[in-house]
Amino acid sequence: MMQDDTNAADILMGDVVRLEDVLSRESVTSVSKSFFALFGLPVRVISHEGDLLADIHRDRPLCNYLNTLSAGEHACANTVEVVRDLEPDGHSVVHPCFTGAVYRVVPLEYQGRPIGRFIVGPYVPADTQAPPPSLTAVDPAIDAPIARKHFDRMPRVREDIAEELSAHLKKVLELLVFSGHRAQLASTMQVASVRENYRELAEKNEALKTSYEELKKVDQLKSTFLATVSHELRTPLTSIIGYTEMLEGGAAGPLSDDQVEFLETIRGKADQLLGLISSLLDLGRLEAKNLELQREAVDPHALLADVGSTVVPNANRRNVALDIDLAERTPKISGDPVRLRQILLNLADNALKFTHEGGRVVLSAEPGELEAAGSSGLGAALFGGSRPAVVLRVRDTGIGIPEEKLPRIFDAFYQIDAGTTRATGGAGLGLAIVKQLVDAHGGTIGVTSTAGKGTIFTVTLPADDDNA
Amino acid sequence: MQVDFAAKELTVKLVYYGPALSGKTTNLRAIHWLGTSNACGDLMTLETQNDRTLFFDMLPITVSSQSGLKIRLKLFTVPGQVMHNATRRLVLQGTDGVAFIADSQRSEADANRESFLSLKQNLAENGIDPERVPIVIQFNKRDMNDVRTDEELEAIARRSREPIYKAVATRGYGVMQTLRGLIRETWNQLEEEHQLEKNFGISPVRFMNEIESKLKHRPGRRER
Repeated sequence: MMQDDTNAADILMGDVVRLEDVLSRESVTSVSKSFFALFGLPVRVISHEGDLLADIHRDRPLCNYLNTLSAGEHACANTVEVVRDLEPDGHSVVHPCFTGAVYRVVPLEYQGRPIGRFIVGPYVPADTQAPPPSLTAVDPAIDAPIARKHFDRMPRVREDIAEELSAHLKKVLELLVFSGHRAQLASTMQVASVRENYRELAEKNEALKTSYEELKKVDQLKSTFLATVSHELRTPLTSIIGYTEMLEGGAAGPLSDDQVEFLETIRGKADQLLGLISSLLDLGRLEAKNLELQREAVDPHALLADVGSTVVPNANRRNVALDIDLAERTPKISGDPVRLRQILLNLADNALKFTHEGGRVVLSAEPGELEAAGSSGLGAALFGGSRPAVVLRVRDTGIGIPEEKLPRIFDAFYQIDAGTTRATGGAGLGLAIVKQLVDAHGGTIGVTSTAGKGTIFTVTLPADDDNA
Repeated sequence: MQVDFAAKELTVKLVYYGPALSGKTTNLRAIHWLGTSNACGDLMTLETQNDRTLFFDMLPITVSSQSGLKIRLKLFTVPGQVMHNATRRLVLQGTDGVAFIADSQRSEADANRESFLSLKQNLAENGIDPERVPIVIQFNKRDMNDVRTDEELEAIARRSREPIYKAVATRGYGVMQTLRGLIRETWNQLEEEHQLEKNFGISPVRFMNEIESKLKHRPGRRER
């Protein structure tokens, strides 16, 4: 019934081609049976192609008797064949049998097209008093009284009633065809619509995928560009710094005080520029995922002390207290010592930068745990658990970060307040690099802040396995 | 258009398009109610419980031409709800003419425009040139409050390429005029493309006369 490879539009425009396509034999048989049960009239339903879809009748004694005679049997078969092949055009046809009975052949139509027919009969019209001479003439061996007796037992119907009954059956069958066709169209459209929707979605998905790939390429290009440009900028800059240092060292003769001061400024700004370029280079490498990390056991105490001693002059200058707090039994960190220093130094620098005179910055380390991916939520039991870690904290009593800005602070080039850039310097790369470096170590970074009270950055890094 | 030479039949597909709830199915119901029964077949509707068209409605109309060729017009509606766009595109496949049923209410102007744009797009995606396919526009629901005025519609009609009809489909008013207009436009286009008069001996004038007589209101049935 379902024609899967047929175009839905063809189905819509198409008509009921075959009765069997829209009408089950069971339903035709069922209707014919109830018609026979109600009115005692035999029914045969034949498709336009000549297939017998239903045949409900009871053998009549007259027909049985005639079939015992050779010429009778022949005439009977002949009549049945003629009736079966009758294709009335638009109107019912009443075909007489030599016995005096009749067959009524009724065409079935749908949307103005013939789709089949049904035959009611044989029955004897109610006004037929006696069988015609053709009954006894059919076979020389016929016993007329017996034939007459059987003839009288044939079903009798008034022709006007037979016509009404047939019209009713015609209506019922045509209605079945209509509902069958409706169901067929509905199911075909259902399948076609689903297929069309799927096709549309598949096309859209393909377009999305293409643009996603393009974006990825552009992003990759950006990272490569960043790395290349930074590298190319750094090379001449190191020469500038080198020659400045040589001039300062008196390699070109003695310098006046003004010259020394100017050279210091040049070197200071060149160092600043170099720092920025190095950051860009790092970010480029980190985003391109080709930054190589060394893995070794890093002593947290040494790390805190090193960073502390680096920033303490700055803290003293700003009159900010700097404390270092190392908890007992803090394990060693598994990571790249240079990069770990970079992470902590960046956070400490930031903390100092945004803390007012008289404030306090605390660098601390303590043992902690790092949750494996998927270790919370459904099926946590199956997805490893947590592993030993070191928690590094940089706590300040500075200006704090407004809550709505927190989600974006790890984005590259993001400045919480563009106005402070001038005052405090920086390109907004620090935290982006810190985040990337922490990620590269398989760690996590978080931040909590209260505006006006201070900020706490918490970095959790995997502990070294050996001393876990 | 499909031609079945064996059955001596010519089948023309006409689609009623338009935004949701603009009265497409109501148009077909009205045609079925008003049309003579020997021309109009059974109206087939495929709708959900709350009377929204799910796939389409279909009303076959059969007329015979003087040349002996039987001409069958198949009227379809599309489901108007936005989510059924795929079905609309399927129903629109191979259409010979379109009646666009617009809602006259001012609040529905955007819905009308959006639906018309989707009609153009769906026609194009089916390989039918929207510039060439015959389209008539019906402004339905003339009996509602806050509709565009007759003067506005006349102004619209003057600058419109498509013939404009006014209707109250729930009462049958204007639906037959729209249908006859659609058939006339479609037939002219088919005549131009397929030379029906030359190839099949059907004169456009006599065909339209035949249509006029067949689509006369059924005796005793008037616009309500």
